[in-house]
Amino acid sequence: MSEPVSALNAAAFDGLAHVQEAGLHGMITLRGDHADADFAQAVADVAGVAMPDQREVVSGGDTSLIWMSPDELLLLCPYAEAGETVTKLTEALGDTHALAVDVSDARVVFTLTGTHIRDVIAKLAPVDMSPAAFRPGMVRRTRFAQVAAAVWLRDDETAQIICFRSVAPYMFALLCNAATPGTEVGIF
Amino acid sequence: MSTRLATGGRLTDRTKQMKFRFNGQQMRGVEGDTLASALLANGQLMMGRSFKYHRPRGPVASGSEEPNALVNLGQGARFEPNQRATTTELFDGLVAASQNHWPSLQFDVGAINTHLSRFLPAGFYYKMFIHPRPLWKHVYEPFIRRSAGLGAAPDAETVDADTYEHFYTFTDVLVLGGGVAGLQAALTAARSGAQVLLLEQNAHWGGRTPVDGGEIDGKPAEQWIKDTVQALEAMGNVTLRSRTMGAGVYDHGYVLGYERLTDHAPETPGPRHRLWRIRAQQIVTATGAIERPLSFAGNDVPGVLLASAIRDYVVNYGVSIGDRTVVVTNNDDAYRTAICLHGHGLNVPVIIDARMQGGGALMAQAEALGIRVLKGKAIAKVKGTRKVTAVEICDQAGEGAVLETIPCDAVAMSGGWSPVVHLWSHCGGKLSWDEGNAFFRPDLSRAPTSHDGAPFVIPAGSANGYIQLKDTLADATTAGSSAATAAGHQPKVGTLPQVAPREEAAMLPVWLMPQGANVKLRSKAWLDFQNDVKVSDIQLAAQEGYESVEHAKRYTTLGMATDQGKLSNINGLATLSAALGEAIPSVGTTTFRPPYTPISMGSIAGQARGDIFQPVRETPLHGWHEAHGVHWEPVGQWRRPYSFVQQDETVEQSVNREVKAARDSLGLLDASTLGKIVVKGPDAGKFLDMLYTNMMSTLPVGKCRYGLMCNENGFLMDDGVVARMSDDTWLCHTTTGGAERIHAHMEEWLQTEWWDWQVYCANVTEQYAQIAVVGPNARKLLEKLGGMDVSRETLPFMQWAAGTLGGFPVRIFRISFSGELSYEIAVPASQGLALWERLHAEGAEWNATPYGTEALHILRAEKGFIMIGDETDGTVIPQDLGLGWAISKKKADYIGKRAQARSHMTDPTRWQLVGLETVDGSVLPDGALAVASGTNANGQRHTQGRVTSTYHSPTLNRGIAMGLVLNGPDRMGEVLEFTKLDGTTIPTKIVNAVFLDPEGEKQNV
Repeated sequence: MSEPVSALNAAAFDGLAHVQEAGLHGMITLRGDHADADFAQAVADVAGVAMPDQREVVSGGDTSLIWMSPDELLLLCPYAEAGETVTKLTEALGDTHALAVDVSDARVVFTLTGTHIRDVIAKLAPVDMSPAAFRPGMVRRTRFAQVAAAVWLRDDETAQIICFRSVAPYMFALLCNAATPGTEVGIF
Repeated sequence: MSTRLATGGRLTDRTKQMKFRFNGQQMRGVEGDTLASALLANGQLMMGRSFKYHRPRGPVASGSEEPNALVNLGQGARFEPNQRATTTELFDGLVAASQNHWPSLQFDVGAINTHLSRFLPAGFYYKMFIHPRPLWKHVYEPFIRRSAGLGAAPDAETVDADTYEHFYTFTDVLVLGGGVAGLQAALTAARSGAQVLLLEQNAHWGGRTPVDGGEIDGKPAEQWIKDTVQALEAMGNVTLRSRTMGAGVYDHGYVLGYERLTDHAPETPGPRHRLWRIRAQQIVTATGAIERPLSFAGNDVPGVLLASAIRDYVVNYGVSIGDRTVVVTNNDDAYRTAICLHGHGLNVPVIIDARMQGGGALMAQAEALGIRVLKGKAIAKVKGTRKVTAVEICDQAGEGAVLETIPCDAVAMSGGWSPVVHLWSHCGGKLSWDEGNAFFRPDLSRAPTSHDGAPFVIPAGSANGYIQLKDTLADATTAGSSAATAAGHQPKVGTLPQVAPREEAAMLPVWLMPQGANVKLRSKAWLDFQNDVKVSDIQLAAQEGYESVEHAKRYTTLGMATDQGKLSNINGLATLSAALGEAIPSVGTTTFRPPYTPISMGSIAGQARGDIFQPVRETPLHGWHEAHGVHWEPVGQWRRPYSFVQQDETVEQSVNREVKAARDSLGLLDASTLGKIVVKGPDAGKFLDMLYTNMMSTLPVGKCRYGLMCNENGFLMDDGVVARMSDDTWLCHTTTGGAERIHAHMEEWLQTEWWDWQVYCANVTEQYAQIAVVGPNARKLLEKLGGMDVSRETLPFMQWAAGTLGGFPVRIFRISFSGELSYEIAVPASQGLALWERLHAEGAEWNATPYGTEALHILRAEKGFIMIGDETDGTVIPQDLGLGWAISKKKADYIGKRAQARSHMTDPTRWQLVGLETVDGSVLPDGALAVASGTNANGQRHTQGRVTSTYHSPTLNRGIAMGLVLNGPDRMGEVLEFTKLDGTTIPTKIVNAVFLDPEGEKQNV
């Protein structure tokens, strides 16, 4: 076993916001009908947190459940635990029609911190970033410029952005560019 | 001569002098000037030449409607042509040059065209350049291209020095235009609690009201504007942006805002332009009105300006166009210019009013000041070429007999006002003709509608046809209130701003001056100043049958200049309607399209330039490749190694070396880009049987099967190996370019057609780095790493196994795209580089050689394996490629099955895949055609086949190719002639497409 390396090896940038590649995260794609009680129960049991509502995130400890679509969730957990969690989920789900698959290595996580994170995101994603519309604990599946991404607001000054690993350099460059010092829009 | 007045200029600060250069000449302006006002202050009235006749041109307007005063602005990396001097804010060090002349602005050879104008009528290009046909390509088109365009094109190799960005925002109410109507509408909407965004294209609030004067709520308009802006700034739910133009209104409340951040201060850090991409629930268009020129002979001579513009230059910038200004009008508003000029100590020899009764209170005021007013009169002709020297006066009712000549150096003209309906119209808002005011105004019963069928654009103030200040503010209040209500807020009942009513006499529609002007005068009466379209041109177009306004526009180029007809449109279509003898509303307007004024290309591109022009997808091994001499090939958005070029090697040599290494010993390929889609569920087998042409449901767990995927029309769209992971789970490999497309294809069928099937899929392409270990020594390397039994017995061809290889958690697929002994190893992406490096280190004893896509292509071509995109092009079915064996005869259905039963799909004359070998061993050109005897109706040779893949095979040391050939498989050994680029042909033999190891012994060891 070699030491796993994240896509950009914790690259960082300071500007309008602090941009940080957040290292390796355990990520599990869960497909299943949220309305199915068996599915919801199995997921909640293994994750240890409640099912999120539409476009929301529920966190507990180092585990988060992110709503991705009416039949998709993303479970965040420590990287080392992802494989085991997939096994547990598959067991807990039993005969329930569902899919749990480890995508920890398929994606990259960026953390954006600072008072101007909404400016940075709103330059790239066609999403309403006003504090009234996008509050801590909410997630949006959207695009950042030309690539797909999910953005999750942890608190008023911390956002996490998840995208495909292959475009990590592009996403990092995008975020740094949008965070060029002196380019605040001054609307939020 | 134009000059700076001793005092005045409400927007300027005379204590702050600025230097700038125009046509190489040093000039001085003051802070707050536009380039146009600064040039005028320096006596530079002539600023350019018109497009067609190269006539001298000075500014005719003072704002964004300006058609004439266009300049080449900036230098080098900040050069931009066709910038309007009237909206370019002056800054210290500005450099500008005039356009469309040679050798100089003063003396222009092209001005000969004005003397040839009777030979250059409307539709000249269409008439002249149609015959003889062959001359078009070699003579006419190059000539026309050379004379096309006004400003200079930026140098192709120069990179724009500035940055640009986009910004997405959402609002309840968006108000476009920060004049008094926009301010009042915004205030009204904001008081309801709605989120309000207010955009103003200029640097200043209040529009032209401060120039026109008047009192609001008992205080001067300028004070009211200041107070209102302050009130808005103090509200938490309001955002104000000046220097930001509403450029376009699109479906469902989408609006583009164009913010110019540093145009007025180019050295300021930050983006130059920001393109606001706005979603608004309701849009208020408070875009004001534009004054119309009058059509009289010589109305294009420098010094003839809109009456409002002359007023603007005096009041806003303290600049006069001339000492003696003749005012000519059909309405009361132009009297304000006369009164204003008089108040600034300038001479107004006469006001020529086309109306027999003249005007109202303003006329009385002008007469009281001692200004001479002539009623029922017109300008027959303006004298002067580069500047106005005099006007000849005639009766408006007559044909132009001169009654009097009055020397002057400026003419202020007003043909009435047209509401700026552009943004109302962009998304489908309709117009109605207002007979009394002679203008088109928004028809509120036919507003642009959103997804719910409800209107989402509300015009306000003069943009809605309410020209008088009192009416403007009342209408804006209504608009703001309606917008708030429609956006779900409860407007507060407030008091209307109090404005004393002003008596103005009715205007008189005047579309030609004098009304009976003879042809000589008509052919000097300009409608479109930039493109040189005159009254006579429109009349000619009508006479020649161009009755539709859209046709007449294109025939004459009316309104096709950079100003998009802001001044010429209404006058032109009124002229057309008169020529056709139809009412103006039945002729209609041309279409208003965004943007309102041109926006920069940079703002459209936003951040997409340089490194982030496009996303480049990188595999986990990308950095290693870069460090090892990679020659990249773009594959979709991925970069894949084409070859790894060593020192003293050509790319061709390195490709040959890589092929041989894989054939003779050990090759390593980064196959991470291959699509990997997990398909799981009780119905997954059934689903895959429908997607692939062969059976996947019967595949045993642990085994792999090559599959073909067709679209509904039967055409081959993707291929790849499918592995059965467990009872209810399959892993589908796709082509590199197919991963997202095929994933979407799966989801589409699952969501739209087979929504009741229990299947989930997930795209896990990027979870794994995938490495192909290829060649006779492949097994030895894996055995050396240890941990898994990779023997022929335990892991035979077309099986897969999971385990730990050399400490890495892997899945090994025993599949081959090269015909060699081959293992594809999938490892979590985060460990991909470590495994890759380990394979190189441990494989050194067998000369482990990384190979790229070109070697991969040659390896597969030598084996006759097809490549999606080479052998297929969207018109090829599996049956064309000899892949009938991969099509299940047992299955009742699969996507494409019925299409493949169509008569032309089963036609035996469809070209079929074969191998091709040139007789002399050379390499066939890619895409070469096999010629047949005879020619078709177009005189082209008949063909009987084409090359789909062609390479030099280092293994066979000769050219090999695949191609589709008529009855190919039945013509083995036959020699056909294939085309070469030089027009000759090359004899080529039809052979089996499998050039190497037809029994497959090498991969099966």
